[in-house]
Amino acid sequence: MQPFTTLTGLVAPLDRVNVDTDQVIPKQFLKTIKRTGLREGLFFDWRKRPDGSPDPSFFLNDPRYQGATILLTRDNFGCGSSREHAPWALLDQGFRCLIAPSFADIFYNNCFQNGILPVVLKAEEVLVLLKEVIDTEGYRLTVDLDRQTVTTPQNVTYRFEIDPFRKDCLYRGLDAIGLTLQHEGAITAYEARRKVEAPWLFSDLRS
Amino acid sequence: MAATTLFDKIWDSHVVRAEPDGTTLLYIDRQLVHEVTSPQAFEGLRLAGRKPRRPTATLAVPDHNVPTTDRRLGIMDPVSALQIQTLEDNCKHFDISLFNMSDIRQGIVHVIGPEQGFTLPGTTIVCGDSHTSTHGAFGALAFGIGTSEVEHVLATQCLVQKRPKTMEIRVDGVLSDRCSAKDIILAIIGKIGTAGGTGFVIEYTGDAIRSLSMEGRMTLCNMSIEGGARAGLVAPDDKTMAYLKGRPLAPKGKQFEQAVQAWQHLKTDPDATYDATVVLQADRIAPQVSWGTSPGMVIGVDEHVPDPRTMSDDKSKHATERALSYMGLTPNMPITDIMIDKVFIGSCTNSRIEDLRLAASFAKGKKVAKTVHAMVVPGSGLVKQQAEAEGLDQVFREAGFEWREAGCSMCLAMNADVLKPGERCASTSNRNFEGRQGAGGRTHLVSPAMAVAAAIEGHFVDIRHWQ
Repeated sequence: MQPFTTLTGLVAPLDRVNVDTDQVIPKQFLKTIKRTGLREGLFFDWRKRPDGSPDPSFFLNDPRYQGATILLTRDNFGCGSSREHAPWALLDQGFRCLIAPSFADIFYNNCFQNGILPVVLKAEEVLVLLKEVIDTEGYRLTVDLDRQTVTTPQNVTYRFEIDPFRKDCLYRGLDAIGLTLQHEGAITAYEARRKVEAPWLFSDLRS
Repeated sequence: MAATTLFDKIWDSHVVRAEPDGTTLLYIDRQLVHEVTSPQAFEGLRLAGRKPRRPTATLAVPDHNVPTTDRRLGIMDPVSALQIQTLEDNCKHFDISLFNMSDIRQGIVHVIGPEQGFTLPGTTIVCGDSHTSTHGAFGALAFGIGTSEVEHVLATQCLVQKRPKTMEIRVDGVLSDRCSAKDIILAIIGKIGTAGGTGFVIEYTGDAIRSLSMEGRMTLCNMSIEGGARAGLVAPDDKTMAYLKGRPLAPKGKQFEQAVQAWQHLKTDPDATYDATVVLQADRIAPQVSWGTSPGMVIGVDEHVPDPRTMSDDKSKHATERALSYMGLTPNMPITDIMIDKVFIGSCTNSRIEDLRLAASFAKGKKVAKTVHAMVVPGSGLVKQQAEAEGLDQVFREAGFEWREAGCSMCLAMNADVLKPGERCASTSNRNFEGRQGAGGRTHLVSPAMAVAAAIEGHFVDIRHWQ
């Protein structure tokens, strides 16, 4: 996994609440057996008008936001389906950091598995940033994971909270499965104990 | 010993190790796998040279892409076919049990888990699918995960987790006649909102919950995620034990008795506390109909479509305006004036035998309106078989419903069952997101009884007063 340390990048605004993962990437793109190339499905239904032509009012079609690496959005981003295709598509489009007042649990977790930093700021802070992004062409933010800060071009700094374990894994780009496998002894000991307590949990499900 | 909740008991019995900061390595007893969220996980194992730690603890089934028409014709879409073939290849390679498309036991992953006795009280169950919360109906801690975590569980049988908070949702009293578990959960989501449960595991309590059948509890827990909670729980009781007894994958004989002994302790202690509590009165819950593009946008069938002009909160106002525009609805119109084009009875929320029995009882001797196309998709091959043995398929066919093969079908429209732009559907599924059932399609979430009545009348009706 690609580590996340600091990022200074162009910010794209998505001023909507409750953006669900069906909107981030619709079902027809879930038939793939790969993790890559999902950019074409990102916000697929919102990028187009009913006649299929690109909707110029949607941020992904706006030349101003080409090359954006930070997505600024509203409450409960990523709700609904657990599809990891959502962070894969955002990453494929170039987004490494998402900023919102809140994220849905499964999506939030999926971001960390893919080197994406989801930053939670206060709702009023996000509203201030949204206004600045929309009012200022070429608006860039600096996100510093180690210091847990987001800094604006005017040097206003917002601090965010993050779980220390997640932070460490993301900062160093650690292989999560490799980390768990270091506790092989503890897992085996747990299984041995459970086989005595609840033997029915260890029946063979293969028919 | 300190008083603990049902959630605490399950969590505590699955801690492999815990760091001082609370980061926990949690043991996962069982995993369900389907074709959409697993290919990249198996690929990850291969690339890293890893193997499943306990292939015997995993059960796989294709459900999202499968056609609900004649299976002998195969899958027309080559991309869907490849995804299902990939699941079969992976299960063979890694020695994992699979119910393939021609197996009578095939069905929606969250229908077959309970049906087979795979889902047991006190266990931890995961699946790369957000509706894994369904299995909480048995007092199992069950939650959806992403594909990276599917791989993590395959490789280690564990997940790294932080302890979530607990929320009690108590539903007191008795439900009105013809109201169901679906109306309870929609009313709950309407109350707490789609993010109300974020960071929580919900335990459903109260007389109205105790009165629900196992099927009803599954419907209830299924939509916990629509309220933002990754998991929902109902404490196991005699109904749970009776449901499980004799199921193919449930423990047998002496081991079943031993398990029942243990399961009887799976309840919240009287003086245990939750981080939050929400209370609803069952008799105040009307049959629910969603009017917007998020499951929290839901009201009673006897109410009117909300008017954004009366909303003071900017956020709700904009979201409502947007939703009404997408849904093609006018503020203040009665819900019963909404005309529909399609009816879908199915999905992991409402496709079990009890749902179909109830739906058939309302469809019997009636005819689907000429303007409506209606279909019934059973949750599994075994549900279909049972329904046919009871003659329910005949009841549906005679009333003008299509009777299909088992699968996820039009709940998310990954197969050929799709709404056309602008089409309006009364659906027993769980999500009314924009385009969920097809780009431009408009979904209204309802109970099976409400869906049948809407199919017959061509518009929503209050099932409590329907003849």
